[in-house]
Amino acid sequence: MSDLRKINIDGTEIEVDGAMTLIQACEEAGVEIPRFCYHERLTIAGNCRMCLVEVVGGPPKPAASCAMQVRDLRPGPEGQAPVVKTNSPMVKKAREGVMEFMLINHPLDCPICDQGGECDLQDQAMAYGLSGSRFKEAKRSVDDLDLGPLVATTMTRCISCTRCVRFTSEVAGITQMGQTGRGEDAEITSYLNQTLDSNMQGNIIDLCPVGALTSKPYAFTARPWELTKTETIDVMDALGSNIRVDTKGREVKRILPRNNDGVNEEWISDKTRFVWDGLRRQRLDRPYVRENGKLRPSNWGEALGKAAEAMKGKKVTGLIGDLVPVEAAYALKQLVTGLGGKVECRTDNVRLPLDNRAAYVGTASIEDIDNAKAIMLIGTDPRNESPVLNARIRTAWSNGANIGLIGQPVDLTYEYAHLGTDRAALDALLKGETAGALGKDTLVIVGQGALREADGLAVLAHAQKFAEMTESKLLVLHTAASRVGAMDIGAATLGGMEAALEGAEVIYNLGADEVEIDAGAFVIYQGSHGDRGAHRADIVLPGAAYTEENGLFVNTEGRPQLAMRAGFAPGEAKENWAILRALSAELDATLQFDSLAQLRSALVAEVPHLAKIDEVPVNEGEALELGKLGKAAFLTVIKDFYLTNPIARASELMAELSANVMARGNEKIAAE
Amino acid sequence: MSDARSLTDIKRDLATGVRQMRARYPTSRSAIMPALELAQQKYGQVEGLTYQAVSELLDVPEIWVFEVASFYSLFDRSQTGRHHLRLCTNLSCMLRGSDALMQHLQNRLAIKSGETTSDGAFTLTDVECLGACEMAPVLMVDARYHGDLTTDKLDVLLASLAGQPTKEAT
Repeated sequence: MSDLRKINIDGTEIEVDGAMTLIQACEEAGVEIPRFCYHERLTIAGNCRMCLVEVVGGPPKPAASCAMQVRDLRPGPEGQAPVVKTNSPMVKKAREGVMEFMLINHPLDCPICDQGGECDLQDQAMAYGLSGSRFKEAKRSVDDLDLGPLVATTMTRCISCTRCVRFTSEVAGITQMGQTGRGEDAEITSYLNQTLDSNMQGNIIDLCPVGALTSKPYAFTARPWELTKTETIDVMDALGSNIRVDTKGREVKRILPRNNDGVNEEWISDKTRFVWDGLRRQRLDRPYVRENGKLRPSNWGEALGKAAEAMKGKKVTGLIGDLVPVEAAYALKQLVTGLGGKVECRTDNVRLPLDNRAAYVGTASIEDIDNAKAIMLIGTDPRNESPVLNARIRTAWSNGANIGLIGQPVDLTYEYAHLGTDRAALDALLKGETAGALGKDTLVIVGQGALREADGLAVLAHAQKFAEMTESKLLVLHTAASRVGAMDIGAATLGGMEAALEGAEVIYNLGADEVEIDAGAFVIYQGSHGDRGAHRADIVLPGAAYTEENGLFVNTEGRPQLAMRAGFAPGEAKENWAILRALSAELDATLQFDSLAQLRSALVAEVPHLAKIDEVPVNEGEALELGKLGKAAFLTVIKDFYLTNPIARASELMAELSANVMARGNEKIAAE
Repeated sequence: MSDARSLTDIKRDLATGVRQMRARYPTSRSAIMPALELAQQKYGQVEGLTYQAVSELLDVPEIWVFEVASFYSLFDRSQTGRHHLRLCTNLSCMLRGSDALMQHLQNRLAIKSGETTSDGAFTLTDVECLGACEMAPVLMVDARYHGDLTTDKLDVLLASLAGQPTKEAT
């Protein structure tokens, strides 16, 4: 299958797949080739010419290593491996020449450019740039684009590598950007100056090798070398994207993606990237207690005392919100069940079966999307539920996978066969009545929208059955970062929310802001933002947000990942597990751990797979019983992508993006 | 001219031709160039509605169509005079005196390169290599090449063109 070829790179002979390009082979050999337009996850453009190498015995000119395959090289007369040189005088001269051309029209305004310090052009000019230029004519200047509130443009700095054009059209699935004109007049533009309509557009900031596309919200606030970089995990959706949080002092200045092939590759959504202004606003920075109907500022001693007093001898129910790390959920479960109460993490009424990981997580990993011949989406809108996962499905689709959808016919950026909107369509699929139903090696992805109604378990069972019939794998696409972890530790009650809340006198709300709590019960809210939950609360305990404490999160495929603290919580806010530990002492029901490490050992002893960080465990579980399906249509769960959690709702930028989406929608309706 | 045409008109005019072009290529993106050429033959220029029509007929994004239209100087993206004079200014033609020809044309027509005469008869453009170095200096009038030019030959040519009321068929 693979066609291994020998190749000699700078005197080292290695054996690589013949389909590899020279630049990849060089990387294998440990030789780094400078590049601007080449990017591993995009198609090959071959237009920057920076990656030139010398192919000995080939044409007497340098070759672009990104666009030439190893198998295209001729072996020597006695069958010797073809020789590639990356440090010969020819290569040096060629690269210097290319660099000189690059700099002809580049403004060299590095001191006022946000890319300074992390700029490919700057770095490579250090290595290959000459001290002066022979170009005496006027430099060209280019009008800037208005791409919207996220991406700032300085198009005069553009070197026309077309990475942004390729990313938006190939990965994000919007065809608005292109390169127009020719020669010196060639410009990267957005058609008719449209602003970008994608929830992944922030990635072009990272892709841009120069300072043409930079982050608008981050503009001129910090230099990269001043920032403290913390590698952590995102909680905006259940994908668990690997991110790097850059802080200066206490403030989060920006969020960037980290590469993880199994999870987010190297993309993140705009919500993940730009939500950080929400971490500074609407924060709960001290405890509050309700007095005469109004919340008044309090202190920890009083608030914890009152909370303990309220909980003693009462029927307590603990609710676990969408952004809660496993440790806090575990501490809450220990505390509340110790008092004889109940806990529930499925606050959105999703019918996930307890203790059956093969059903509530599924059997597939995210990487299975890449090789699926067909993907069946049931009751899900992945573009809004997990944009990065959707981009991965799009890649599978561009590689030939067939996509089917049962649910609301939404724009997913790729073509799919719409097989119906309701339960009847799912039933028909199982009975084999659907024409052109998908064959083997299918991946079945079930969204939360399919599981919210009373027949949720039956829907899940049907999806499972369909997966079994087609010998395919199942992936339950969650929307809450905390959900799988909380299910893993069994923080759920048989009978769901209804059973959990039945007769509850005290509700301990751990960051569940999407829940409407009826009048009656006494509510203790623990969380980071003054949102719906705190509004309804009788006692408010300020907790850390996801960038402010170490925590374990399990993503939608069941992969445990560690989030690290990038900064401290504001004011008197404390780490979530520690608040619960302190409260347990007030209740004389002290939890058996004094540190996060002790908590984790207890946790791991109970749920061993949580210790295997960054591994997707194999899930086995019995197939669910095929229950009776209802009649309703599948609905999508995300009403507004940019406002799904309290942090996002506190962000001014997310509000603006949300308003823009709405305005765009109205324009479309008006146009029709 | 273009104001009067609606998107529907353009699509109707081009539909058959574009479908035939599409059949000649493996992907619809490849058919953009001949489709635009059809439109230019029909309307004398290509512009916003034409891009939209071609994009809808071929089911490709509009930006792809615009990329092609803006790349090739042989597509006229604005209204031209009845005759479009394209004078090559690249190396071979330059060595054989195209600078003087350009000066002569500009004086005779009283316009600069890139402009159209006030009576709407001529548009003059300097262009890159026309691929006809063997008869440098070369001028392309609408779809026809005129080579080995001198100022005298240019005058004769202009006089003959002034008599022709409309653009030659491409």
